Amino acid sequence: MRHTLSVVVVNSPGVLTRVSGLFARRGYNIESLTVSATQRSDISRMTIVVEGDPAVLEQMVKQLNKLIDVIKVWDITDTALSRELALIKVACGAAVRSQLLEICRVYRASIVDLSPEYMILQITGTSQKVDALEDLLEDYGIVELVRTGSVALERGANRRMQL
Amino acid sequence: MAWMNGAQAVVKVLTDQGVDRVFGLPGGAVLSLYDALRSSSIAHTLVRHEAAAAHAASGYARATGKVGVCIATSGPGATNLLTGIATANMDSVPLVAITGQVPSRLIGRDVFQEVDMTGAAAPFAKHVMQARSAAALPRMMKEALHIAATGRPGAVVVDIPSDVAADEANMDFSQGPQLPGYRPVFGGHPLQIKRIRSALAQARRPLILAGGGVVSAGAWEPLRALAENLGAPVALTMMGLGAFPASHPLCLGLTGMHGARRAMQALAQADLVLVAGARLGDRGRVEHTLRPGTVLIHMDADPAEIGKTLRTDIPVVGDIGAILQALLDKPAPPRSPWAFPGPERSEHPAARLMERLASLLPPETIVTTDVGQHQLWAARYLPIERPRSFITSGGLGTMGYGLPAAIGASLGTGQPALVITGDGSFQMHLPELATLAASGAQVKLLLLDNGSLGLVRELQDEHQGGRHFGVSLAGNPDFCALAQAYGLAARSASMEDLESLRWLTGQQGCALLRLTVPRELDAQSIQEV
Repeated sequence: MRHTLSVVVVNSPGVLTRVSGLFARRGYNIESLTVSATQRSDISRMTIVVEGDPAVLEQMVKQLNKLIDVIKVWDITDTALSRELALIKVACGAAVRSQLLEICRVYRASIVDLSPEYMILQITGTSQKVDALEDLLEDYGIVELVRTGSVALERGANRRMQL
Repeated sequence: MAWMNGAQAVVKVLTDQGVDRVFGLPGGAVLSLYDALRSSSIAHTLVRHEAAAAHAASGYARATGKVGVCIATSGPGATNLLTGIATANMDSVPLVAITGQVPSRLIGRDVFQEVDMTGAAAPFAKHVMQARSAAALPRMMKEALHIAATGRPGAVVVDIPSDVAADEANMDFSQGPQLPGYRPVFGGHPLQIKRIRSALAQARRPLILAGGGVVSAGAWEPLRALAENLGAPVALTMMGLGAFPASHPLCLGLTGMHGARRAMQALAQADLVLVAGARLGDRGRVEHTLRPGTVLIHMDADPAEIGKTLRTDIPVVGDIGAILQALLDKPAPPRSPWAFPGPERSEHPAARLMERLASLLPPETIVTTDVGQHQLWAARYLPIERPRSFITSGGLGTMGYGLPAAIGASLGTGQPALVITGDGSFQMHLPELATLAASGAQVKLLLLDNGSLGLVRELQDEHQGGRHFGVSLAGNPDFCALAQAYGLAARSASMEDLESLRWLTGQQGCALLRLTVPRELDAQSIQEV
């Protein structure tokens, strides 16, 4: 099953290597990993989407917690809203341009670049929504594609960063 | 606040924290550090290969219970340490490895003797850190020593660029460790303690499996008190040897594929197994031995070890001593032992040898081993009575560990040490005989020489249909002449000549006894209980 882990870490050199090295060494699968600054300059936050059964997930969380630079780990799969951003470059000859514009409207994607032959779409949403758009656009010829991986935050009153 | 350079700050923290000896080998990137050591009260043992510095620091740590410290220069000095760091970390030994690094401004340019040491060591160290400024060193060193010694002990690398060591700053020694992500649990959760108590009350055939965690937590007294209160026999992992006296009527001896049959039989008969500070590693064979339905209680300083290999009924995280003490605070009425399997006599020649050796050794002797058949024979047959008196590379299985570990153990305690080694392992760190000669350590060596890599040969018998390859140690030197060249007394005899042990134990100074062992003598793993 797919899980979203939120990992708060000390913003020290090498912390990303240590976290990613842990996953590599113990054979855990990462679907995506994002890391970014937080409102505190000494702390970074990683959102890691992983695939694994409950026993594997338990070990992942325990092993992450063992790293000295890891302050907290939460499995926020069921409580968080998550978002991903993708930039998708598609061929957009005159024959299909209006169809692509219609797709953009339905998916609330925006066109961030347009040239006679190609356009770049930007979409923000859950991984599933981005997957769906990607599937749809495949018929039109995706030239290039980048995705950020998920970032996730819990809804409501949870204030995890009050450490 | 005090004005000094980074190296002096490192040495000041080490001194303040009670480190009285370091093991190392200098080079261009640690010149300032050695200069600071020179004018300190800390003794330095010069090794002949950096891995031996880490092993010696590990032996020192395991014999004394203090943090072992080793030092190497940048590049090859640092990479040579790696095996020693991994060895110590696998056995949860508190070790701080200080490595020199090229000057900060040159890091990343592949200059002479530069390696990414923190990157290299991170996968098998408890923590790694690199100093970015001299002023950061007092706190960083305190953090390194704190992390190495607390929770589940382990190896910490501190990488110090040479300019950072040489830079002067107004040092602040008042700050303690600030590690928001590191909060080892000390006391076991009261609810879990309560659950353990009620499970113990219901158990009819309880058994305690004690590991190295009992030794590192200094928890042998409460372990003994609990075992006697419950009438529970105690089985030991290789790392746990010494945590419970071998001569105690409740002691079952070593578990595992090369353990005592009665220990494995008792594990199979138990209806409750209380694991104290053991990680249930593959060679322990616990998972294959327990009956379905046996209640498993697992207490460990490291939460990640609980549930890693076996489903646990009652997990409890914390200091083993604190947990055992909490269980003893409300003791149940004392029970008499259940009918666990009684002592067995082995006719294995190694059993006779180890028993004879034990009868001759001064009781304060610390025994270290290398890795191979001799190690398994010692672990299986040598009766270990005291904690911190049997030191072996259990997790990583590092050949060459025994001699430097014995030097560190003897120097740390002032007690004599005995290395039980084999002709393969011995040659891994042979030049440390010079370290021994110069160090003043009291070390004797028992070399079991079968002219081969005997345990590998045995594995080739078991798994490769007896097709031996690459295991003959043809070309071995005259070990006695070699030992004599380093100033040791030396003698050769055959394994059956048990009286020769009297010669070894009777020697005043360092000495080596080489016993020839028949090539076909096996360690004999237990296939089935």
